[in-house]
Amino acid sequence: MSWVLVMPIAVPFLTAVVAFLARSYPAGRWISLAGSVLTLIASAVLMAAVLDEGVIAAQMSNWDAPFGITLVADYLSAVMVVITAITGLATAIYALGEIPEETEALGFYALFQTLIAGVTGAFLTGDLFNLYVWFEVMLIASFSLLVIGGGKERLDAGIKYVALNLVSTLIFLSGIGLLYGITGTLNMADMRDAVANAENQGLVTVLAMMFMVGFGVKAAVFPLFFWLPASYHTPYFAISAVFAGLLTKVGVYALMRMFTLVFVGDVGFTHEILIWVSLFTMFTGVIGAAAQTDFRKILSFHIISQIGYMTLGLALFTPLALMGGVFYLVHHIIVKANLFFVAGLAKQYAGDTDLNRIGGLYKSAPLLAALFIIPAFSLAGFPPLSGFWAKYLIVKAALELNAWFVTFVSLLVGLLTIYSMTKIWGMAFWKPHPDGIDPTPDRAPPQVTRSMIIPIAGLAAMTIVIGFYPEPFVQFAETAATQLLDPTDYVTSVLGVQP
Amino acid sequence: MNSIIFSAAARLLVALMFVFSLFMLLRGHHLPGGGFIGGLIGAVSFIVYSLACGPAEARKALRISPEVIAMLGLGVALLAGMFSFFMGDPLFTGQWYWVGGDSYETSAFSINTVLVFDVGVYLVVLGGILSLTYAFEEET
Repeated sequence: MSWVLVMPIAVPFLTAVVAFLARSYPAGRWISLAGSVLTLIASAVLMAAVLDEGVIAAQMSNWDAPFGITLVADYLSAVMVVITAITGLATAIYALGEIPEETEALGFYALFQTLIAGVTGAFLTGDLFNLYVWFEVMLIASFSLLVIGGGKERLDAGIKYVALNLVSTLIFLSGIGLLYGITGTLNMADMRDAVANAENQGLVTVLAMMFMVGFGVKAAVFPLFFWLPASYHTPYFAISAVFAGLLTKVGVYALMRMFTLVFVGDVGFTHEILIWVSLFTMFTGVIGAAAQTDFRKILSFHIISQIGYMTLGLALFTPLALMGGVFYLVHHIIVKANLFFVAGLAKQYAGDTDLNRIGGLYKSAPLLAALFIIPAFSLAGFPPLSGFWAKYLIVKAALELNAWFVTFVSLLVGLLTIYSMTKIWGMAFWKPHPDGIDPTPDRAPPQVTRSMIIPIAGLAAMTIVIGFYPEPFVQFAETAATQLLDPTDYVTSVLGVQP
Repeated sequence: MNSIIFSAAARLLVALMFVFSLFMLLRGHHLPGGGFIGGLIGAVSFIVYSLACGPAEARKALRISPEVIAMLGLGVALLAGMFSFFMGDPLFTGQWYWVGGDSYETSAFSINTVLVFDVGVYLVVLGGILSLTYAFEEET
């Protein structure tokens, strides 16, 4: 039973080891691909088990909770693990076309698989210190992936990225230490009661703020997001896609977990702050994007803006809002990774990512144009794509609370998102190429195009499926939200008995 | 560093320290020691060797590149943890076989997965530290 929870973490780790040993051979990339397929299978098995039995938990090394490390999967964790595996597989295919051999020989695939293992571990762990360890695994792997391939620009981005993220993990670690001092436990389920019964509730609120800042840097919320646009436009496109899809979402996931499970004593105060943080995040992100003319920089600022919607779902703290937040999380990973993939292929065809220096893609690569329209309009919230349902749920939740200002900002930000997406559309696809060249697909080798277009098409298909057939996904998100708001099942399955 | 005294002493010291690192590794779990500290001492012995004879010579003495050692160690540690699958236990549950008894006090010695895991940690630390220090030394 416990191995269902272990395999999605263990498979990418083993793949990383084998792929590293084979890094100088062509076999390395196929091992990575096979590992990603196996990870997806392992995640699907986990999902099936969660759908079948509800929340499942396992005690590593047979040390009972709250003393050992617990792995636990509820609906939210399970869906995040599956979506991580899907993004991982898409990236593994995409990387076949993009990553040059000399970068492969440096151990690219090993680092990539380690990153996937770290992200999966963060979604599955039920132990706060273990969560910190997974954050570090992710940080080390992502820093190496950011600078791999060399170049001044990448190193500059990497240093900003790692410096600011180290600050965040330090705040997070001090928060863990202080929380352990108050409660005497690191197990998140056990902590729920211990925090509720703590004598010094003022200190608990202070700690909640520390965690909010620590996770906030990871999630890139206002005003802690500045590392993200400074770094996401430099690495390989496969890497920016997996970063854009997954890394910030780990921060959002951690916020959702801690602020529904542990820090629920003073919702009026903590979640009120979160509402304002979310609104500022949404607005500044989208305004920042409007000022950019680089394909990837626009997309990077949009990550920030969209993160605001997810934290807003958490901040409003009603079943409907959290349901929207969970739905948004899943939809956004697919869409955002896909947009970065498109940016990479557009660069292959047109030669650059600066929108002033490319154009004419609509005429010469209509398939790519069609595949861009799907995630771009989904991001902006066009019906009937997946983004529409995500935004609809959040806005409906805000309306139910009579939060008119929140509703207004959500809709305004949606409108501004359309502006940026049409800017990319107009400048990269419709306008003629400024150099007069015809950016035909022939400018990229056919095997490159093939391995890049498969993941783009696959993720676009998923967006359409969620858009046209949202019922099962919405129901799933509803159950996930119910579990988050009433974590009795979570606590019981971790600790074994009702405490 | 071209000191004949240092390089002559290094020959002795390096072997001694390396053997000591293995001793620390094997004595772990029941007594102070273990893979991490053993790996550090082992790494120091190779660092002394590279200071005395140069990093190129030290790499040759190591035979396998330190990055590969570290990754192999990760694999060994993970497989040691996953061995408990065959015993029907969760990941990383230590599997013990006591020779001539049934506990630490009564048996002569034990065969267990904990030591294998520690060997993995030893290799990770040794390889990790050495790949860092060699990179630094070769740069200057």
